[in-house]
Amino acid sequence: MLRSDSRLDAVLALFDGRRGELIPLLQRVQEAFGYLPEEAMAAVARHTRVPESAVYGIATFYAQFRFTPVGRKHVMVCRGTACHVRGAPRILQTLEKQLGIKEGETTPDGEYSLETVACIGACGLSPCVMTNRQVQAKLTPRKVAELFSREAEAAE
Amino acid sequence: MNVENLSLQIDSRVVEAPAGSNLLQAASAAGVYIPHLCHHPDLKPVGACRLCLVDVEGRGAVLACRTPVEGGMVVRTDHPEVEFARRVTLELLIVNHHGDCLSCVGNQDCQLQEAAARVGVDPERLARLRRSAPSGEIDASNPFFTLDHDKCVLCGICIRTCNEVAGVDALEFAFRAHPMRVSTFGRKPIVESRCESCGECVVRCPVGSLAPKRFERPAREVRTICPYCGTGCAVHLGLRGGRIVSVRGDRNSPVNRGRLCVKGRYGYDFIHHPDRLTTPLIKRNGQFEEATWDEALDLVARRLAAHRGDRFAAMSSARCTNEENYVIQKFARTVMGTNNVDHCARLCHAPTVAGLAQTLGSGAMTNTIGEFPDAACILAIGTNTTAAHPVIGFRLKEAVGRGAVLIVANPKEIDLARHAAVRLQHRPGSDVALLMGMMRVIVDEELLDSEFIAERCVDFEAFRRSLDGFDLPRVERLTGVPAQAVSDAARTYATRKPAAILFAMGITQHSHGTDNVLAISNLALLTGNVGRPSSGINPLRGQNNVQGACDMGALPNVYPGYQKVNDPAVYTKFQAAWGTELNDRPGLALTEMFHAMSAGQIRALYAVGENPVLSEADSTHVLAGLARLEFFVCQDIFLTETARLADVVLPAATFAEKDGTFTNTERRVQRVRQALEPVGQAKPDAWIVSQIAQRMGAAGFESSDPRRIMAEIAAVTPSYGGISYDRLEPDGLHWPCPTLDHPGTPILHTQRFNTADGKARFMPLQYKPPAELPDSEYPLLLTTDRSLYHWHTSTMTLRVDGLKQLNDRELLKIHPGDASRQGIRDGETVNVLSRRGKVQVEARLTEACPPGVVSLTFHFPDAPTNVLTHAALDPSSKIPETKVCAVRIEKGSGKA
Repeated sequence: MLRSDSRLDAVLALFDGRRGELIPLLQRVQEAFGYLPEEAMAAVARHTRVPESAVYGIATFYAQFRFTPVGRKHVMVCRGTACHVRGAPRILQTLEKQLGIKEGETTPDGEYSLETVACIGACGLSPCVMTNRQVQAKLTPRKVAELFSREAEAAE
Repeated sequence: MNVENLSLQIDSRVVEAPAGSNLLQAASAAGVYIPHLCHHPDLKPVGACRLCLVDVEGRGAVLACRTPVEGGMVVRTDHPEVEFARRVTLELLIVNHHGDCLSCVGNQDCQLQEAAARVGVDPERLARLRRSAPSGEIDASNPFFTLDHDKCVLCGICIRTCNEVAGVDALEFAFRAHPMRVSTFGRKPIVESRCESCGECVVRCPVGSLAPKRFERPAREVRTICPYCGTGCAVHLGLRGGRIVSVRGDRNSPVNRGRLCVKGRYGYDFIHHPDRLTTPLIKRNGQFEEATWDEALDLVARRLAAHRGDRFAAMSSARCTNEENYVIQKFARTVMGTNNVDHCARLCHAPTVAGLAQTLGSGAMTNTIGEFPDAACILAIGTNTTAAHPVIGFRLKEAVGRGAVLIVANPKEIDLARHAAVRLQHRPGSDVALLMGMMRVIVDEELLDSEFIAERCVDFEAFRRSLDGFDLPRVERLTGVPAQAVSDAARTYATRKPAAILFAMGITQHSHGTDNVLAISNLALLTGNVGRPSSGINPLRGQNNVQGACDMGALPNVYPGYQKVNDPAVYTKFQAAWGTELNDRPGLALTEMFHAMSAGQIRALYAVGENPVLSEADSTHVLAGLARLEFFVCQDIFLTETARLADVVLPAATFAEKDGTFTNTERRVQRVRQALEPVGQAKPDAWIVSQIAQRMGAAGFESSDPRRIMAEIAAVTPSYGGISYDRLEPDGLHWPCPTLDHPGTPILHTQRFNTADGKARFMPLQYKPPAELPDSEYPLLLTTDRSLYHWHTSTMTLRVDGLKQLNDRELLKIHPGDASRQGIRDGETVNVLSRRGKVQVEARLTEACPPGVVSLTFHFPDAPTNVLTHAALDPSSKIPETKVCAVRIEKGSGKA
């Protein structure tokens, strides 16, 4: 991505470039790209005249900002109390094995990304994961293996 | 300015401290130790480490570094409560600090050790608190230093240094909260960040977290001057067993206040590089053979004796000392009987010397480096200051931090523009139009200083009429800068006083370079910004001693002190002083010498510390000229591209191996001191030249002792009349310094200008386009620039491994739009062709270059940029137009 990216230009055009706009700006960038690409953070730095390193320092403070792209399927493993006691660690372990990535990573083909969240508010369905907007309920490692089988996907 | 002293009590002692200082400073001045990690005298106090807690009566525990002194305060540094809190804080720092003290660079120079020793720590409590394991994270990507995160105490000094001192902003805290760490943008290795490797953070790290890769404590130190740019930073070379083992900036120097750039701090390996010339070489049957000094000197003396007069030319060196330049020009004039002596100032600031001599009477910086931070406005035009004069760059960024408004005018987006309030990206070569446009606005809006103009200037009306041609629509057409931006810049510059103008090669290296300089001079005069502190016209000189080489008369038209060779009174004086007949015809300029060689008019050349094969525009004509010489002697520290073509090569000593003086860009004459014995049989240049002169039977070359040569310089050079080695301690003197009791002149033209009538001269100007502009055959404009990591033709810097690692090859900077039109990808090898030649380089796509403009340095011998450049000369100063020529790019085929 070069400096002149139309999505980025559209976001930057919404702001005057005042220092105080930094966080809303980063939020809009993340909405547009799904994460904060490095070049976009650099462009935000230029626009607000805040050093790049300071933009990064601020962005890394907030859990809401991501620095790697999310996959087309963004998998959030619930690690709330209810899910935890009903086996969330094993669900996560199985997912990591099935997808070949660690928590916080994205598969090289951009299909899946994996992260853990504190609670998705579906304790009655525990243990559960949420893929994009859809909740998969009462999971077991076996069910996870079926739902997230990359070989099966390839065969489709 | 008198600051009031306040009286307060620290640990029952009554101490005095200036108002505005803080308790930590007050205590430390009184010899009371308060533990601290995050405080540094160069930085604003932040109170991050929480160790400097003290008790103030009636207030309780406060941070000493963040508490201003007040009269009557009662302070206790040993109150039980603060001691308890401090101990816990310190213990928590220690348990997160991993590393073996004995193998640490910081050993015995560590604020954490110091604090632990004074506060006392309990090993049992430490063992209980200790974090399980070190992370093992060490960033060793930079060739000169490492960042060990396990030793980091998160004091933030490196971050604040990078921001407040260097203005680079490479570092910041990231991942705040428990995993907090010092990080670059994107957590990349330091070498991939915007870090400029100046090492200022390494110097200030209170522990051994940021540490130089090579370090030995020196046995002794020698204070001298950095050999790179014209800033003239004072350095202490640390020595051990005949080697340089450490380098540090001199904090007491008013020039650099301890600051150094990457070259000045780490660029010294060239001195003991195996490629150094260690013995004279004589070419026999096309091969160099080692020779003794007697053989070589006798041969040179015999051969030169056959070429006396204007068939001889000497190239002196802006790398050499004043004393050496003096001896070289004296040799050319007295022994060889010619004024054919010049040096590389011809290629950098000849238009400045020619232009400002006409308007102000003196072609040097009017003000000093230390004044910049107090300017209200700074116009930096045609100077990539952070790359070419990094320590002056620090000052400019400091000025911005103190409220100065910075205007950056540069065809490319340079790093300094990040700090600018007004940015002007004008087309290369359109400086006159831009500056005249600004002046038109200033005159039209009556922002000029009429009083200054009436009292101190002449020829204003003629100049004013010449502004008629510079209405803003035309200026916009010529420069590509929106009229609004031109007006903004004009108003900003004219209304914020004092305003200083800084400029460099972007102004001078044009076929109308002198006009550009005159335009700058007009602008400063128009607003009364000359002769006052923090204002002025400030040409940043390139080489360490290019100012001095000019001052010493290593120029074809003037003797030392800019005294004209064709002025009968002057040459009569020099005939008497030097006891010999002198030639009153001005000699040839460096750029004219090569034509004269090609034409057979110059038959013998003595080149000292110059590498014209790489540094001259249109190098093909340089090679053609050198090839026709009957005798060519070259004197250098390495066998340069030029030296290889010589008949005799004489090995010279480096700056660290001799005594003398350099005159920096602000006219400050400073002492250079010998730290090492010359390698092999290398000799100081003054000795070599004097030996040749003596062997040619000349008088006046009996001593090559720099102190005695300086006495002779002072006797014949009015502006150096009061300079002697004893008076140069500790920080040198600014010329003009005419008499022994004169304090030197930091600011020029305060009362009168150095012209015949004492008035400054306005110059009417017209816009002239560059000599060669892009056309359908050569559609791109090539301009030249510099890398922070290299110096000139890189004879020295490519012999410093770390600098080579930081920048190992030439890159053609090209706008992505221009590149994509030809399907050129980033990193692809391309051929760059001009009407004069071709080089093969790697393409680097960057929006720092505007569309239509490409850029190269000339640092790399395997991609000699000056094969391409155009030797169109400025008529009055004879500088070649190395900033503009037309080229086309072809996709590379792998091999050239």
